[in-house]
Amino acid sequence: MTVEPDPAVATDGTAAPDAPRLVLDAKDLHVYYGEFLAVRNVHLAVPHNEIVAMIGPSGCGKSTVLRCFNRMNELIDDCRVTGEVRYHGVDLYDRQVDAVEVRRRIGMVFQKPNPFPKSIYDNIVFGPRIAGVAKSEFDGIVESSLRKAALWDEVKDRLKSSALGLSGGQQQRLCIARAVASNPDVLLMDEPCSALDPIATGKIEDLMHEIKAEYTIVIVTHNMQQAARVSDRTAFFTVEVNPDSDRRTGVLVEYDDTEKIFSNPSDSRTENYVTGRFG
Amino acid sequence: MTIGRVLDAGTADRVKASLAGGRDVRGVLFRVVLQVALLFTVVILAALLVQVLTLGWETLATRLGDFLTAESRSRAKEAGVFQGLRGTLWIGVVTTLVAFPLGISAAVYLEEYAPRNRMTRFIELNIRNLAGVPSVVYGILAYTIFVTLLRPVTGGKTALSGALAVAVLVLPVVIITSSEAIRAVPDSLREAGFGVGATRWEVIRSHVLPYAAPGILTGTLLSLGRALGEAAPLILVGAVAGSVGYSGGLLDPGQLREQFTAMPIVIATWSTNARPGFDQITAAAIVVLLVVVLLANATAIVLRNRFEKKR
Repeated sequence: MTVEPDPAVATDGTAAPDAPRLVLDAKDLHVYYGEFLAVRNVHLAVPHNEIVAMIGPSGCGKSTVLRCFNRMNELIDDCRVTGEVRYHGVDLYDRQVDAVEVRRRIGMVFQKPNPFPKSIYDNIVFGPRIAGVAKSEFDGIVESSLRKAALWDEVKDRLKSSALGLSGGQQQRLCIARAVASNPDVLLMDEPCSALDPIATGKIEDLMHEIKAEYTIVIVTHNMQQAARVSDRTAFFTVEVNPDSDRRTGVLVEYDDTEKIFSNPSDSRTENYVTGRFG
Repeated sequence: MTIGRVLDAGTADRVKASLAGGRDVRGVLFRVVLQVALLFTVVILAALLVQVLTLGWETLATRLGDFLTAESRSRAKEAGVFQGLRGTLWIGVVTTLVAFPLGISAAVYLEEYAPRNRMTRFIELNIRNLAGVPSVVYGILAYTIFVTLLRPVTGGKTALSGALAVAVLVLPVVIITSSEAIRAVPDSLREAGFGVGATRWEVIRSHVLPYAAPGILTGTLLSLGRALGEAAPLILVGAVAGSVGYSGGLLDPGQLREQFTAMPIVIATWSTNARPGFDQITAAAIVVLLVVVLLANATAIVLRNRFEKKR
């Protein structure tokens, strides 16, 4: 099935003049691993300064789609992407676009906290350093990034100690601070709370609300309450199993305002999922 | 508040009986086999050490300084290992300078850049095979290339040719151990680097290599220690069995362009000498070589600990 574009985020000139500015816009996106079609025909537009959640059962391709947004999929040898992903109107898969530059603007937070095995300070300045920021600005960047990630008060006295000494929740907030330090305008979060306890999860959700004013956020989550709590829009993905080959392909079922997805979805599959009857 | 009652005695006994484990005969047997294997290894090693130390002790205890600084002579009481030590030292230095950078670079390419295709797998397979090729074969190769073809560079049957032979010999092992260390770097670390917009080179330099360094160091230095004991390739590139004409000091790099001998050659030559006293000085020379290899391994451990502390 195809997904009807949301009129509020249409880009074809029919949008109202006060329609939100689109930061990311995926059209007709297909992702293959070798010959195998992993995700089919995704249309997904992400407006400026909004939080978009992607939910769905395991294997539905939501993380794969997320990784198309900063070209992380390229690191997998036989991964191939067709269709287009526009970032402020520019196709990220254009031959003139450098994936490294893309990732400096579109930061990522991963499922498992993955701080570098270095000091807290060095974790944060790695991005600015490779981007050529002057050393004299590092101290300021470290403080402001850690403050944005609500971690400053907990670690300000031990910036030079190893990041691996932090708790899981602190490590994940450090990873957010590290992503923020490169001054991106989009943050991609791949199940950022799945390895964390409810208290740490709450802190990260609060954090997302606070930084929303500055960043556009796309989050993949298995936790539907989380999607309902944090996001403005929600995309529901599911898996279609080809009965002949037993191959599983992810599809985008429905993409709409979060409130609508959780209260009055248009597709029965979405309704079954969000009410807990499936998945 | 009571929420239930304890089971009666009969039920408890039955539960207890069902929970009692049987004797794990196979498990115990397996453990004994493992212990015997370990014991076997330790006993052989200990026997070797004891034999060599008792036989060589007199020489080491009475004239260690003389033994380390004297040249190879026909009378055991005056013979020493100086020229062998000098040769082995320079072979070690050149092997480190040639094989390590080449091998580690090749490993980084194979693991981080090369596409995962048939060609890459074919190359990897062949490197593994090369690691199993007998050292004599490397000696023949080294003779053809370094002694004959590259004579203007190496000077023929010199320590440089010997060192290059050993370098080629350890190269596959260096590549394999480095590859394994690099492969052990978690992908999450690479993703973290790429995720903040690092280039492949920046990810490798700042994260992959520092993380893999302890493993790379341990593997490569152990292979160096092993290679320093190889006699076969050195014999083929023309290591001298007796005394060498060249008379430079231990740290004189002039050795590289002169004829040479090395510790394993000295040991092999002396061990076949039937004259009185040669058994004893052979054992003493073996102890000296063991100490050299031990030093190389100790360096590996010290460096590894330092790198591990850093990460």
